[in-house]
Amino acid sequence: MNIIACIKQVPDTEAQIRVKADGSGIEETGIKWVMNAYDEYGVEEALRLKEKNGGEVTVVSLGPARVMETLRTALAMGADKGIHISDPALEDADAYVTASALAAAIKQTPYDIIFCGQRAIDDDAGQVGSILAELLGIPQITVVTKLDVDGTVAKAIRPIEGAQLLIQASLPCLVTTQKGLNEPRYASLPGIMKAKKKPVDVKDAASLGVALDKKLRVLRFVSPPARAAGKIISGDDPAAKAASLAKLLREEAKVI
Amino acid sequence: MAKDVWIIAEQRDGVLRKISFELASTARKLADELGEEVCAVLLGNGVTAGAKDLAKYGVDKIFVADDAIFAPYTTDAHSEAVAKLVKEKEPAIILLGASSQGKDLSSRLAGKLATGLATDCTDVKIAAGKMVAVRPVYAGKCFVEVQSATNPQLASLRPNVFPVVEKAGAGEVIATEIAIDPAQLKTKVLEVQKDASGRVDLTEALVIVSGGRGMGGPGGYAALEELAGILNATVGASRAAVDSGWRPQTDQVGQTGKVVSPNLYIACGISGAIQHLAGMSSSKYIVAINKDSEAPIFSKADYGIVEDLFKVIPELTKECKILMG
Repeated sequence: MNIIACIKQVPDTEAQIRVKADGSGIEETGIKWVMNAYDEYGVEEALRLKEKNGGEVTVVSLGPARVMETLRTALAMGADKGIHISDPALEDADAYVTASALAAAIKQTPYDIIFCGQRAIDDDAGQVGSILAELLGIPQITVVTKLDVDGTVAKAIRPIEGAQLLIQASLPCLVTTQKGLNEPRYASLPGIMKAKKKPVDVKDAASLGVALDKKLRVLRFVSPPARAAGKIISGDDPAAKAASLAKLLREEAKVI
Repeated sequence: MAKDVWIIAEQRDGVLRKISFELASTARKLADELGEEVCAVLLGNGVTAGAKDLAKYGVDKIFVADDAIFAPYTTDAHSEAVAKLVKEKEPAIILLGASSQGKDLSSRLAGKLATGLATDCTDVKIAAGKMVAVRPVYAGKCFVEVQSATNPQLASLRPNVFPVVEKAGAGEVIATEIAIDPAQLKTKVLEVQKDASGRVDLTEALVIVSGGRGMGGPGGYAALEELAGILNATVGASRAAVDSGWRPQTDQVGQTGKVVSPNLYIACGISGAIQHLAGMSSSKYIVAINKDSEAPIFSKADYGIVEDLFKVIPELTKECKILMG
């Protein structure tokens, strides 16, 4: 079974995000870069499928030189090889251009199933997986918390508002992964040593034949509106404080 | 020449969901600025009778494709049908819900139509005849203003953020046949397991009572459940509580969980790690109850009580019970 996991390098969840003074982006100094948490579930699921069915796991990532570190992390977890799409022309790629580059790279390698995180925790767009599936002409199951692959069929649980769906798709297909799917493993020390020798193919936009026309333009980044200072309800009696709060919620905020 | 503002309405069992009215009201506002019409697309089986409800929120035309192939929702059938209709009629703007279904559909549609999609927007406006969408990134740690470079300009709107405004529209229901080749359908819904609790999903809840590490264990949530029952609220949790196994993963609020925007968010025993604040800071009112007066959550709260939550919550429940009659 040929399994592909797409991964993105993003700022750690504890990162403070500061907008550049000219609104052109965020300040990157001091940011700790990690694998997008949702992509970790994809890598883990890929490894489990390989352990069960045999085959090969390829991890693919788009981004600058620092992305190599995240690819090595996935290789240390147990992936077999990597593809690094690296090109300054792709650095501010939107979801469509990113998916086009991934599709071009993936088309050059055999695949039965592709994993993407359900969204990246930086741009929160949640589009690349679906666009990639569309460009490859394969079905998608998004935001998956349980997966069974049997022969040429994938069955997945997808939670929606107030229900859980059991969805079946024929392979090849693309699955976007959600927290709950599995518990991603840590890279072992031997894994880290082995990862250094695993092959990573580096490609640029020209070698993939990717059109660079963005579909979505970012006009500017803005800081979130500041919240006005709140009111601390003081006193010694919990019951009296609770009563004041209930009154404020009812009469001032009018939310209960 | 592309024109008109479209919405892709969402329904369950033939009943339109609230997000459909939020979409319609927002589309009406944009269309009025452009001097264009609002059209809705409604796909499903047995949905024609309910379609007319959209007229109350300013919709001029409703394209209804009422066919068994559209129920239950599948990405394949719905994205194919909407793409066909869009290519035929060429709308300028299409609004969808940033709901489970809307996110799945809009992203596939962006691929099919090779156009720009602004996901999970908290504001949309018209500037120089085009839509500018405002959306949170880094789970709300900052925002971006974006614009599609191509038509149709797609945006999915975050539930609960856009007001529902009643305004009569022509509401002409147009029965629309869209041929879908069943051989093209590669996915199938085998089973729908409805949540027996019947509670509102966190992303759509108007009131959320959320508990963190300060709950001390799974048993502590009984007090929150009781308060939630009185307030008709949904119970949420911090990552610490979910990772400790106290609450299911579906309850998690934060950067790696759900991003919520209720009218009222009551944070109990939550210190306010930055990744949690990111997921709830667009709530209209925030209440923090925590015994640590230094907890960062207080910097985001409209109302704060520094106290043991187990002393406050039962009293608050009692007070609310009286107020809510």
